[in-house]
Amino acid sequence: MPHAAARIPVYRGEFGPVEAERLLWRAGFGPRRGQSRALARKGLDGAVKSLTAPGRGRMVGPKPRDDKGRPLAPRDAWGHDHLWWLDRMVRSNRPLVERMTLIWHDWFATSNDGVGSQTLMLRQNALFRRYWLGSFEHLLLAVTKDPAMLLWLSGTDNSKWSPNENYARELMELFTLGAGRGYTERDVREQARALTGFRNDWHRNVGPTNFRFDRERHDVGVKRIFGKRGKFDWRDSCRLCLHHGNHPSFFVQKLWSYFIPVAPPRSTQKALEHLYVSRDYAVRPVVEAILKHPLLYNGPRMVKPPIVLTAGLLRASRRGIDSESWTWLCANAGQQLFFPPNVAGWNDERWLDTASYLARWDIAGRVTRPAILDPGKVHAPFDADKLVDRALRFWGNPSISPKTRRVLRAYTKRAMRTANQEWKRKSYPPLIENSLRHLIAVSPDLQTS
Amino acid sequence: MASCCNEFSRSSLVRGAVAEAASGLPAIEPGMPLPAGTGLDRRSFVLRSAGLALAVYGAGALELPLYEDGVLAAAEAAPNQPVLVSLFLDGGADSLSLLAPVGDPDYKKLRPKLALPDSGLAFTEDPRLRWHPSAASLRTLHLEGKLTVLPTVGYTDADQSHFTSRHYWEVGATNAGLRTGWLGRYLDKAGRPDNPLQGLSLDGELSPTIATKKAPVAALRGADQYSYWAPGVWGDVEREMLATLAPLGRARGARDKALASLANTATQASRLRNQLSVFTSKPGGSNRFGSPVPYPQHRSSFPDRLAGLAAMLAAGLPLRCVALRAYGMYDTHADQPDSLAQGLKLTSETLLAFQRDLEARGLADRVLTLVWSEFGRRGEENGSLGTDHGAAGVSLLMGTRARGQMVGELPQLHNALDRNGNLKATVDFRSIYTSLLEQWFDFDAAAAIPNARAYRRLQLVK
Repeated sequence: MPHAAARIPVYRGEFGPVEAERLLWRAGFGPRRGQSRALARKGLDGAVKSLTAPGRGRMVGPKPRDDKGRPLAPRDAWGHDHLWWLDRMVRSNRPLVERMTLIWHDWFATSNDGVGSQTLMLRQNALFRRYWLGSFEHLLLAVTKDPAMLLWLSGTDNSKWSPNENYARELMELFTLGAGRGYTERDVREQARALTGFRNDWHRNVGPTNFRFDRERHDVGVKRIFGKRGKFDWRDSCRLCLHHGNHPSFFVQKLWSYFIPVAPPRSTQKALEHLYVSRDYAVRPVVEAILKHPLLYNGPRMVKPPIVLTAGLLRASRRGIDSESWTWLCANAGQQLFFPPNVAGWNDERWLDTASYLARWDIAGRVTRPAILDPGKVHAPFDADKLVDRALRFWGNPSISPKTRRVLRAYTKRAMRTANQEWKRKSYPPLIENSLRHLIAVSPDLQTS
Repeated sequence: MASCCNEFSRSSLVRGAVAEAASGLPAIEPGMPLPAGTGLDRRSFVLRSAGLALAVYGAGALELPLYEDGVLAAAEAAPNQPVLVSLFLDGGADSLSLLAPVGDPDYKKLRPKLALPDSGLAFTEDPRLRWHPSAASLRTLHLEGKLTVLPTVGYTDADQSHFTSRHYWEVGATNAGLRTGWLGRYLDKAGRPDNPLQGLSLDGELSPTIATKKAPVAALRGADQYSYWAPGVWGDVEREMLATLAPLGRARGARDKALASLANTATQASRLRNQLSVFTSKPGGSNRFGSPVPYPQHRSSFPDRLAGLAAMLAAGLPLRCVALRAYGMYDTHADQPDSLAQGLKLTSETLLAFQRDLEARGLADRVLTLVWSEFGRRGEENGSLGTDHGAAGVSLLMGTRARGQMVGELPQLHNALDRNGNLKATVDFRSIYTSLLEQWFDFDAAAAIPNARAYRRLQLVK
């Protein structure tokens, strides 16, 4: 084990189903039935390893379908790109692969609003999935010449005759260094020169195509970037950023924030930076260290991003993608895949407001809908504790706090008291069970992890 | 609430926005003008101070929360500003039925089956004309001097495509390429940069009439947009369940940021749900707008929309231009008697209730309502108890400040029709627009209507 990793604290408390459950939400999309318990049995090291070094990829459960029962058309039909990826989040046996893909989609936030091609967006998505825990250097180089990114941040508009600074600026501000952290406006302009040379053609039927580097369009002159002089090209541009003294701290802080909602202690931050650089910009060791850090298990809770919540509720209730509604439901909640709000990605601090809360309510109700109990056909006990337990079972017995349980129980008692006639005593319990399933899904325990 | 309708309307909104944004997904058929406001940036937003769930258009420049301040500031700055309501009769309403020239010898020749009986409700300004029996409420308003009738409004060489002619009316010019509405251009010049309620569409999507270039305008999202629906739950249980939203959100306290944020949001959402039921609950409830007068009881949400509008004005919300569609389908190619009567009846009765409501709330002198349709119908009836697309149509202007006397005329039918057998216009629709901008908003019409000088001004406001 390298020296750097030795200085990073590791969680030593009990690793039971509750801790395993949190790990599955932070590094994936929540547990399937019984998965928390199974993961807990592996212990912390084994559990993390099973996520960062999973076996062969496999999709578990029924294939996704649209509203008419047909296969999805992710390249062509509106919203099916979202459904296609959501399905992978629900069914993949390698949840961290999908979660890292989501992190890169947010990190290098590219919106189809600017790209206008589901095909190119999916191609970029495959790139993120391929590099999931690999080298950030390789990822950055690949993203820089990725067609969707070239369209999104004007890479193919950037030529030696008319430089375009769009990618150069975001490369430093959002992807590698952070705003105002050790680069000047002159660096932006010079980086733009270094990044010149990409082009593409336009084809009547397929749209933008044949993306390539064209030496003719590249500015071969000497550039001065971060005080260094050279005939830099796009690869140099990326590497100059990676080797910049402020990159490791930016990288660690940003990557950490996807898993843990408070900043790492200074010593941890430094050790993670060292680990990252000493392992040649490999992402895997850093993620493994974050997933074992005590703050992941005893630190504050995080609001689940809408897509994570949706995928998780579907997993917990054993439902696959059988409806197109998830696209607009997630959009209402503030997260339509392939449409981040801007190049800075989604704002993890701002998931909740009165409008997105209603959307989360709608998502929860929509997951429960096919399984609702019909009071004319189903019997349910006139017993508050039993009703709460039965509703929890619907979601695979997630852990809930005693306080939440008390609120649910008090509600159940109140609802039962309204059954002032014999027919109500018979028909209300199934309604209450339906309502409890819905309420559990919007409770703080399931909305946060 | 039927969940499928809710879902359909929401998904079609989302799809609509995307169809405009993405290339290769034509929003409309080739050759037809793009509606004003197409592609305008739209963001959904709950205006907490007003308790309204809105879609704000043209909001690119400002952070949404700033509109809270803007709305309050606008309300304080001009509490009694004039309001214009644009009410669209969709499909091309038949003016020869709304005001039937039963005294004209040619009327029964043109309309052997559809002609209305001589015994109808007299129109006091022209002895030849009779109000359609379903428009008795309009007659009441007219007798009180609160309704101006413009029997033949249109433009030269009327386009008989619904889409194109409606577009011309919406943008206030016979220009297929114009992308802003005539009231939208007024708001761009005279409105505020921070008050989306200044242009309010009540149909749930942006009305092209109020589409602006810069100034923010809003659409009230559909009637059930802030309702919390729980599948498989109803009655007492549903009531108790929704009352649990806030306590459940707070169940784990606010120990860390995520829990605090959830507790706070659940509490706000629960409060908002109660507030919003004022303006956006589903039809059928009893007088939830606190209306001082009864509105027609009907499954359509149209009476609710005008009742809600009066309540919003009474609440002091800074509205200026409001646009909505009237109840009814006026494209009466077949079965005109039933279909027209249904539309006219509810629309007229609701308009009368709205006027009475404004009067009872002391708002009547601030509000004018312009009723219009994209064209009229063919003079001669067709073979299927209907009428085909025509040229000039009828417009109405309602309000205590409306002049109340007929503007333009309905000539003798043998002189009134063009070579295609359609009514000729005696008033250009841009004459109405320029006159209203000047007389009602005290605004230079040339700043909103292209070539404004060319249109004769009409005395519309008293």
